[in-house]
Amino acid sequence: MIISIASGKGGTGKTTVATNLAVSVAGNARLLDCDVEEPNSHLFINPVFEEALVVTTPVPEIDETKCTLCGKCAEICQFKAIVVLGNTVLPFENLCHSCGGCMRACPADAIRWKERELGIIRKGHRNGLEFINGTLRIGEAMSPPLIRKVRAEAGKDGLTIIDAPPGTSCPVIAAMKGADFVLLVTEPTPFGLHDLKLALGAVRILNIPCGLVINRSDMGDEKVKEYAREESIPVLMEIPFDRRIAESYSRGELIVESMPDWKNKFIGLHQQIAAIVKQEG
Amino acid sequence: MKELVIISGKGGTGKTSLTAAFAFLAKNMVLCDADVDAADLHLLMAPEIIERHDFQGGHEAVIDRDKCVECGLCRELCNWNAIDEGFNVSPIDCEGCGVCVYFCPEKAIDFPLKTCGEWYISDTRFGAMVHARLGIAEENSGRLVALVRQQTKKLAEEKGLDLLLTDGPPGIGCPVIASLGGASAVLIVVEPTLSGKHDMLRVAELAAHFNIPAMVCVNKFDLNQDETKAIEDLARSKNMEVLGRIPFDPIFTKAMVQGQTIFEYDPRSGACEGVRGIWDRITERL
Repeated sequence: MIISIASGKGGTGKTTVATNLAVSVAGNARLLDCDVEEPNSHLFINPVFEEALVVTTPVPEIDETKCTLCGKCAEICQFKAIVVLGNTVLPFENLCHSCGGCMRACPADAIRWKERELGIIRKGHRNGLEFINGTLRIGEAMSPPLIRKVRAEAGKDGLTIIDAPPGTSCPVIAAMKGADFVLLVTEPTPFGLHDLKLALGAVRILNIPCGLVINRSDMGDEKVKEYAREESIPVLMEIPFDRRIAESYSRGELIVESMPDWKNKFIGLHQQIAAIVKQEG
Repeated sequence: MKELVIISGKGGTGKTSLTAAFAFLAKNMVLCDADVDAADLHLLMAPEIIERHDFQGGHEAVIDRDKCVECGLCRELCNWNAIDEGFNVSPIDCEGCGVCVYFCPEKAIDFPLKTCGEWYISDTRFGAMVHARLGIAEENSGRLVALVRQQTKKLAEEKGLDLLLTDGPPGIGCPVIASLGGASAVLIVVEPTLSGKHDMLRVAELAAHFNIPAMVCVNKFDLNQDETKAIEDLARSKNMEVLGRIPFDPIFTKAMVQGQTIFEYDPRSGACEGVRGIWDRITERL
């Protein structure tokens, strides 16, 4: 089973829920941190890393001895990543989406691939938990290809938990697509509600069953709960604002470690999700 | 003309609430919401929309079934597996690269422009605001961010105003890069947590990568004073000026529920005092 933890709004507690859930469930589990722009799960899991892989994407390189300046490459490129300027062809590799169009369109066979670094994937473990994260290279604009690489580490067996990036556009879709369940984490405020609606829109486009965790559930108003009722989204957990939780989070501690009572609640959360997935499946 | 972009790396540190509070204090300013993916500033600004425009972010492949002979070349060439066995293009997966369109031997694939969102010019109680809404599950948020910033600048020029106040997106990827280029300075809003510190370092490195001066303030500083100090020391060691601290204060949430800035909700609160000090230092620096 694959559970993707998403939110729309940032800072609602995705990483808190993902990490505490991952260490609470028994048996074969893995945690994938797909928030490659700002990965934080490892700060709480403290995994022993065993492997680091550089992830690259192919971008064009021009062989000027073969190039006839015909301009076909610039004509096909939708991303303005390759232009003919005077008597030279200039690739802008940061804009390239690696579609391969220019290479195929070139009648003179003057385009070769070279690799642009997207970031790094690291793999490790903590006790029985397998841990994988991706870290986007600073200055790299395109996170979805790296997210998809981290995402591809999800196994068929056991439980995979995905810590998704915030937002509702392509990076989030890359982290949610193919999951069996999306757990939306929100806070009961106007910002939380507004972004929850957007996130739910994305979940509905992908047609994945979902449930809600309300974090800092006693700050704000009742509108998130009213909305969840109207939309028939089950509220699976509420985490009240507790200065002890906020402070232990600030130190990089798991809730289930500083307040062990919470472990059973996260086990219960997993059981509820498993029941919903079984019912829907 | 100056532009201050408010960013954070980590989401939920208070960018939007702070931008709104600055809007209350600022003069001769145009507001810009560059977080087009999950825009929230309008919830505090109650903008009255004056102009509404479509955002066309790119093209989308559409197979004309009458012309298609199902040769399968498009499926073979598509790097995004966006075309299924029945020759339907999945709009969510289509990257808009046009490779299938270009090479289809039957010329059976159309490539219409698609509307991926909307952008607006609005009036608010603090002045003009440019904002946008990217369609759910859409791409090209960077292009929409660039467009919104460009329109904000144009509007400020027309109105003879000299400050652009921009609420930035979280992260360090495409939309953040689009929100930084050409800015006078960025203010990084940090929360005193291990995650906040980690994410500040990455976004500070991004600002340095693009040669944009960065300043730092710590929000909810009293949740962890040791971490606050560590963040401030680290920021200074990276040549970033530390502009001040804001205490953890439930009035941020209370004001948000009322659709107000913290200054409208309770001007005497400790949070307001902290924000006012930070704003004074920003105006001196700009």
